[in-house]
Amino acid sequence: MSNGSDFGLQELMLMIQAAGVTLSITFWAVLGGTLMGLVFGLVRSVTPWWINWPLGAILDVFRSVPLLIQLVLVNSFKSIIGLSTSAFVVSCVVLAFYTSSYCSEIVRAGVEAVPQTTRRAARSLGLTYWQDLRWIVFPIALRVSLPSWTGLTLGVMKDSALVLWIGVIELLRTSQVIITRIQEPLLVLSVCGLIYFVLSYPISRLGTRLETRWKDLD
Amino acid sequence: MNYTFHWYQAFRALPELLLGALVTIEVAVLSMVIGVVFGVLLALGRNSKHKLFYGVSTAWVEGARNTPALFQIYMAYFGLGSLGIFVDSFPALLIGISFNNAGYLAETFRGGLRAVPPTQMRAARSLGLSALAAFRLIVLPQLFRTVFHPMMNQMVWAILMTSLGVIVGVNTDLAGVTQELNVRTFRTFEYFAMAAVIYYLIAKLITISARVAASRLFRY
Repeated sequence: MSNGSDFGLQELMLMIQAAGVTLSITFWAVLGGTLMGLVFGLVRSVTPWWINWPLGAILDVFRSVPLLIQLVLVNSFKSIIGLSTSAFVVSCVVLAFYTSSYCSEIVRAGVEAVPQTTRRAARSLGLTYWQDLRWIVFPIALRVSLPSWTGLTLGVMKDSALVLWIGVIELLRTSQVIITRIQEPLLVLSVCGLIYFVLSYPISRLGTRLETRWKDLD
Repeated sequence: MNYTFHWYQAFRALPELLLGALVTIEVAVLSMVIGVVFGVLLALGRNSKHKLFYGVSTAWVEGARNTPALFQIYMAYFGLGSLGIFVDSFPALLIGISFNNAGYLAETFRGGLRAVPPTQMRAARSLGLSALAAFRLIVLPQLFRTVFHPMMNQMVWAILMTSLGVIVGVNTDLAGVTQELNVRTFRTFEYFAMAAVIYYLIAKLITISARVAASRLFRY
């Protein structure tokens, strides 16, 4: 099948570089998404319903519309208003909002997992509102949320493959380019899948490990 | 900003888009049915002592959960060709999503099976129920209750995942029809905004009907 060009070191290096792009999109998306998710989640768990519900409904849109459509929409809107932002930045921004939508739910679940009585006890011991949040709520909520947050991060890494549609050359897109050149789809895709697997599997195992370990501590 | 929105033109394409939405729902439902069947088999395989059965199930589940859904569709579309199996874009989409669904549902079912204590099975058997009757009357209703919500979530996921078909050239589902209209008219924003609204409504419809069904089914 191969007409003079095989899968060699050069192709492998290309793919590893592309995996770097995938990781960097994931990094920015998760960083931005987590910060926004923290804010949204906290706001949602402390504010009355007339702020909580509309915010929840807006965030829910990011989870109910396919990510691909979101990417296309924001990318074309960017052109309409005449911004010349790169597709890479657009991808990071869209993915960050997408992440924040899930992350806010995780944060909210974490905060709600802290019993009201514990918080009242903290306040009656003389801690201020922020001290209670920092020293009581945060450590307990972190334990509850970290496994789901790990899962979210891995999910975002996998979903970042969709950005190839708006022209970002990441891991999957690079594999496609190599396929058109050396005509060995199964081989190239297997390597691509293996890279995704190697990035995702250890962390996913760590997440489940943490989950069971912390369950034993309770 | 020198761009005029042409919403009227987009609205006129509504019948076409709705037909696409119907295909989207069909693909998602079909992939869920296939996913549930294989998911049950994989869940049994993950609990099995048979080496080969366990190995294949574990590889499937970990593969489905640790690689992107789009990669799985690519594997069906481009990858299977190397083995001499040439699949069109539509079946490739269906295979990809079903593979993904099965992997995720398998873990859901496994968790559900664990949620029913084995002592109940023994109690049912000692009360004189046959193995099949005990499974059907004691285990299954409780299993269904624990897996119902994750399954509905997966259903929404399946709807959203069908949009990936457009990347391998599916042009009959909602995303595909939208893309066809887009390349014909270059009114990207208008058409994709319409598609987004339709996807949102489908997703909400599933979530709300799941909530209603749950309140009817699991009343006590």
